[in-house]
This record gives sequence, structure tokens and C-alpha cells, in this order.
Amino acid sequence: MNDDESATSPSRRELIKKLSLIPLSAAAVAGCAQQADNPAAYTPTFFSAAEWAFLNSACDRLIPPDAIGPSAAQAGVPEFIDRHMQTPYAAGDIWYMQGPFVEAAPQFGYQGRLPLRDILRVGIKAFDAHCQRTLSGKTFAQLDHAQQETLLKAAEAGALKLEQISAKEFFGQLLAETRMGYFSDPKHGGNKHMAAWKMIGYPGARADYADWVEVRDRPYPLPPVDLSGKRG
Amino acid sequence: MALVKPKTDAVIVGMGWTGAIMAKELTDAGLRVVALERGPDRDTQPDFSYPRVADELEGSVHRKFLQSLSKETVTARHGLRDSAVPYRQIGSFKPGTGVGGAGTHWSGCHFRALPEDFTLRSSLQQRYGKKFIPELMTIADFPVGYEELEPHFDHFEYVCGTSGKAGVIQGAKVSGGNPFEGSRSREFPLGPTRNYLGAEMFYKAAREMGYSPYPIPASNASAPYVNPYGCQMGPCNFCGFCSDYGCINYSKATPNISILPILRLRKEFELRADSQVLRVNLDAARTRATGVSYLDAQGREIEQPADLVLLCAFSLYNVHLMLLSGVGPAYDPVADTGTVGRNYSYQNLNRVNLFFDESVQANGFIGIGGGGAVFDDLNGKQLDNAKAGFVGGGVIWARQPGAGPVRGITTAPGVPAWGSAWKQGVKDAFRHSFYFEVQGACMSYRDHYLDLDPTYRDAFGRPLLRMTFDWNDNEIRASQFLVGKALEMAKVLNPKAVSGDAKKAGEHYNITRYQSTHTCGGAIMGANPKTSALNRYLQSWDVPNVFAPGANAFPQNNGYNPTGMVGALTYWAAKAIREQYLKSPGALVHV
Repeated sequence: MNDDESATSPSRRELIKKLSLIPLSAAAVAGCAQQADNPAAYTPTFFSAAEWAFLNSACDRLIPPDAIGPSAAQAGVPEFIDRHMQTPYAAGDIWYMQGPFVEAAPQFGYQGRLPLRDILRVGIKAFDAHCQRTLSGKTFAQLDHAQQETLLKAAEAGALKLEQISAKEFFGQLLAETRMGYFSDPKHGGNKHMAAWKMIGYPGARADYADWVEVRDRPYPLPPVDLSGKRG
Repeated sequence: MALVKPKTDAVIVGMGWTGAIMAKELTDAGLRVVALERGPDRDTQPDFSYPRVADELEGSVHRKFLQSLSKETVTARHGLRDSAVPYRQIGSFKPGTGVGGAGTHWSGCHFRALPEDFTLRSSLQQRYGKKFIPELMTIADFPVGYEELEPHFDHFEYVCGTSGKAGVIQGAKVSGGNPFEGSRSREFPLGPTRNYLGAEMFYKAAREMGYSPYPIPASNASAPYVNPYGCQMGPCNFCGFCSDYGCINYSKATPNISILPILRLRKEFELRADSQVLRVNLDAARTRATGVSYLDAQGREIEQPADLVLLCAFSLYNVHLMLLSGVGPAYDPVADTGTVGRNYSYQNLNRVNLFFDESVQANGFIGIGGGGAVFDDLNGKQLDNAKAGFVGGGVIWARQPGAGPVRGITTAPGVPAWGSAWKQGVKDAFRHSFYFEVQGACMSYRDHYLDLDPTYRDAFGRPLLRMTFDWNDNEIRASQFLVGKALEMAKVLNPKAVSGDAKKAGEHYNITRYQSTHTCGGAIMGANPKTSALNRYLQSWDVPNVFAPGANAFPQNNGYNPTGMVGALTYWAAKAIREQYLKSPGALVHV
């Protein structure tokens, strides 16, 4: 077995080659690929400026910058979440959303009336309001990292009490969205340059490991491939 | 006023495994069959094609291959005195929708039940005395035996191109297979699938502990295959998008690739997708079905008259339709009367994770849904239930259906859920951990059942199905016993860290955590029309031109995945329809 591209089957190699032409030609025409890969260049369309500031700060506490891999903001997670909030999924498309809405034991899951996009929006607003009320008028984004982490830990543990929404529920959904954006295919807006996949060694959308099932003595050698056919 | 379609010989509700098998067998017999599927029509091309399928966000978050709970769901509660609340987000179990049903997104574990699973109650009574079975445990013998089903188990395996190794063929033991299994008439159609590291390590640990491991029978093809219907399968390439996903490679047996290719060519077969069946229509005496009513894609109510009604929906929705339509009397757990809704059971699934250093290449992203290694030394009659302290056994296995990071990376104990330590934790775990699972049996009880919810309604205005279920001490003891054994196995392999999730005393059923889609019972088969909804041919005792194949027919659940048994029972019922019912329509069993 060679530690190179020939480790994949000929047919898959051809397919990957063909697919990789698409983004390359698109980039040549518009020159927009670089901009799309730069998280700072994204303008949110779902979140307000204040919500966006919260989101960028909170995501980067959940997945901070360090030597291990990119931070959430570096990976484009806020962009992912902004775009994800505009999908039918975040509007409750696959959730049962009829009332009555009653409280139940945690083993029965979220029983509130808000779809995901509103859990985040209402949660961010309530979280920022709490910060401003209790921390000298500062929003979450204006606090230092240690303060932000303390607040997020309190939300995670259910110790933080917010108006309108369970901080624990909000935190759970925010963390899930952050991880999802970090690790989903780059076409959804996060995981820029497949950097999160590279960090953990996930080959992405290759979906063909017939030749590596029984290899034990060395790490899987190929870099990731995304749904558009780009290689990381 | 509903539009009325021309009458057909048979109408099938649901086009998953049971619907496809029934449609094949009944069109073989010359019947005109109309199949109504609530979801869309789907096939490998274009619905499961590469690369689009390899998108975890769509498959495992947006759940594009599963049922949307916005239209139909269930409510759940732990006990008779509780109020139920809706199953609002997919968690514990994953019903399918669309052509192929749950048979498109299943994993492929394809077991037969053990011979003693069919005689559970009488075997236990014989071995340990009548008092051994707790009073409220309503387990029962199946009204059919292993030998009667053997030809049907065999046929369904050959339809699915199941990869495996026989342990007993025509009464003689064969090395490499399950020495405790019921006798097979012949070898599996394909040899076992290859072992990823976790399976290889499972063999090592299991042998060291003195168990008898064997390859999980997997309907994920280990080699090219053509089934008895002429449908082709290609070898599984371990793509890692199996459970939750449609198969890109024609490798996982599904109704779509294993049966529908020939059905779609038959003029006697008409498939109407996007057709939501609302109820079975009965005559005034409520002893004969006249057909079904459904909503078509435009939302028009259509009546489809038929001589024969086959309920082939997911197990829960078969029970729902029977309750909504009055096909048999609803079960009342207090009065202990009625049959429909009785004996709901589930699966006792538990996981043990093993974490290694970076020299160990477990590569969990390499995946095959059903392939792996398993043993039966603690299942069926191998287990001394009196000594173990609970009723029902289970299997322990290594499986690796494919893990991408969106589906979640299980981290070693002590790793926080976020921050740099989490990043390091997922990096350490992702390529260098694997898991074993315990799949335990689940007994049935008088107060575990299905009925109609008094409050919540589906998108069509009908009461939702209500599930009353919780873990009993018996299942918690089983979980602790079997997870304990799995942890002993893990120790043999000397991992860096281990975590296990044995149920704790008093632990309640958590519907938010995925455990298993093996929801069983509710419309069970039995020998007594007072305590079962269906007779031994899966025919309604009360409305004999209605049959309801599916896991709803299991009086309790054993330690195996149900699909092999569901397929065999469906072929068995179809044979009875063809050879007995059509000659003389009416009840096939008289008591």
C-alpha cells in the first residue's frame, strides 16, 4: 500500500478528480473563493450585530484558539450557525411543535415551544441582558475570557438563571451548534479549509476505505476531501 | 366526500421490508396490489448517491432519511399515573419514512432468533418452576417455532445476501460460527465481512475470556452477489455512512435494491408514494376491512377499497392504525382486557468505550453497518437466569457502523465538554478508540403498553400513539450484569481508559438518548385471542382480512436485532395467505 492518493480505488480517484474541477473553475471566474474562506468576511443575515458579537465570543470560548487546532471563529462556526438558523431544521421542520407545552422530566427532552433558531436568539438576548444587569453594563462580548468561561460553566451546570429561557437548554443547543459547525462539511459555512477534520484526522467525505480496513501498523495516510471535491 | 378508487385485491400500508416482501409474494400469487407509502419514492439513484449522501449534517442532524416528527410522533411516559409528553426530537429510536422505510437506514445486523427464544415462557417455567417469572411480567411463547420459520429465515438471508458464517448446518456443528444457534439448512450466501481493529480485538478478548465469538450476520455484502430475484449487490467499501443513511454502493440489503427492482416492473403492482394512510375502514359489524382511507400528495382524502389489508408500517404505526381503526379491542392494563397495545417492549442497549494511545489505529470513521463480532454465551439458554438474577439474556458485540465527528466523538472519562481540553480529548479519541456493546433482551410487562394519547394530536388531527414504558429492575440487573462482562473483556485489552454505561438502580428510560430502533410488541402474535392481537399467521383475530407483519408481533424482545425475524415472519405469513387464506378467505386459526 502506498501512502499516497493511489491508496484509493481508481474509480473513486477519477470521481474526486472530476469533482475537484468544479470549485477550481468557479474560483478562477469570480475570485471569490478566498473571500468565502475568510471567516471575517462574512456578514450575518440572521443575527443582529449584538447577537453576532455574543456568538463570536461564546463560540470561541467553547472551542478556543490554541496549538491543537483552529478556534470556532477561525473555523467559521459563527457563519455556519447564522446560515444554519435559516434552514427548515432550525425552524422546527423535523420537531413535533404542537402544544400543549408542559414541563417534564429531563428524560423526555426539550418540551418548550421555541424552535431552535429562537432558542438561540432568545437565549443570546437573555444572556446578554443578564451580563449587563450584573456586570456593570457590559455585554458578554465585552467581558474578559475568564468571566465568559465562568458564565458559560454556570449555564452548563444549570446554575445560571435567565429570564424567558432555561440557560442550560440554551447552552446545550449552542454547544451542539458550535460543534456541528466546527465539524460539518465546509459547504455549510464552518470547518474552513477542513481544518477541524485535519485536527482529528477525519478523512471527510472520502467514503471508501475498502483498502484500509485491515491496516494496523500505520495511520490512515490521506488528507480529507470535502463534498465539493476539494482536498484538505 | 372522499374520492373512491377502483377496488384492488390487496392494499399494503407502508413500503419498507414487510411491505416489499408482501407485495412480492402476493403479486407472485397473481393478486393486484396497491402499495401506499406515506413518504416519498426513493432509490439509490439519485437519493443515496455519492457524494451528497456523505454529509453528516443532512443525514444525522437534519435526518433526511428519517421520519419527520412534525407530522406523526408518539407521546411517552414512564408509568400509568404519569401524563405523557410528546417525543418532540428524534432520540431513543429512529422510524424511517419513504420507500424502503427503516430498511434504507438500518445497519444490516441480520440475526435469526434462537430456538429457545420462541418458547421463552414455557422454557423458563420448565427450567426454574412457575414462580420464577414475576407476576406482572407478561412474556409469552411465540405461536410459531424455529423449525417452521427456518426456510423463511434462510430465504430472507438469501434475498439480503447476508454475510456470515454458519455454526450449525443440518444439525452438525461447523467451526467459526455460532455454536449455540438453531440449525441452518445451509451456509450463509456470502462469507463474513472483514474485521476492523475493534472486531479483531473483540475476538482476542472474547477468546481469552472463554467465549465463542463469531461474525455478526451482516446484510452488508462481503462480495458481489445476485439474489434469487436477480437483484445485484456490490461489495461494501466500509464507507462509514450506513446507520442513518441510504447505501451508496448497492451493498446494504434494502427493500429498494433487493426487492423493489423486480416489483417496479410488475403490472399487478402499483406504488403510490406520498400517500398518508389515515385509517383502515371496517364494515358495520367491524369484522371485515373494506379498505383504507388516505391523503394523497394534494391532501385529498382517497378511499382505496380492497379485499385484503396488509399493515406494513413501522411497528409503532401498525399499532397506531389498529387502535385508530378499531382493528381489535384496545388493551386496558388495569382491567387486563383487550389486546391491541399489549406487551410493548424495547431493547436493553449499553455501550463500553475503550480508549488507546495514538499507536492504536482504530479508525472509527471506517464503517460497515452490520459487520463485526459477537457471542451468544450469555444469551438464550446458555445463560443460567436463576444464577444471573434476571430473565432474558443478551449479546455482546463489537460494531463499527462508521463515526464522523458530527455524529459525536466519545471522549475518555474526565474530558470536559468544551474548551482546549475538549479539543485535545476529541483529537486523542477520534482515531484511537472503539466500543463494544451489550444488546440485551427486554421483557414485556402488564404496565408497558401502547394506547391513544388523550391530549396530543398528529398533523392529520388523529390522537398520537402513547407509549408507557420504563426500565424495570429485571432489565437494570441485566444491564449491570452484561456491562460487567463487557468491562471484563475490555480489561484484557489493556486500554488507556474505559467507560461503560450500565443502567443504575432506579434509572428511568431516557427518550432523548439514542439506544435502539427496536421498538417491539403492541400488536403481538399469540395462541390466545384474549391476550394477543394476531394469530400465528400475523392475522388479526378480530378482522381476519387484516394482517400486520412487523416487530409489533413480538411478545417480548430477545437479544438480537429484529429485522431477520421480521422478514422471516413476513414470508411465513405470506405463505399462509397464498396457500390457505386465498383458497378460503377467513380466520386461519380457530380456537
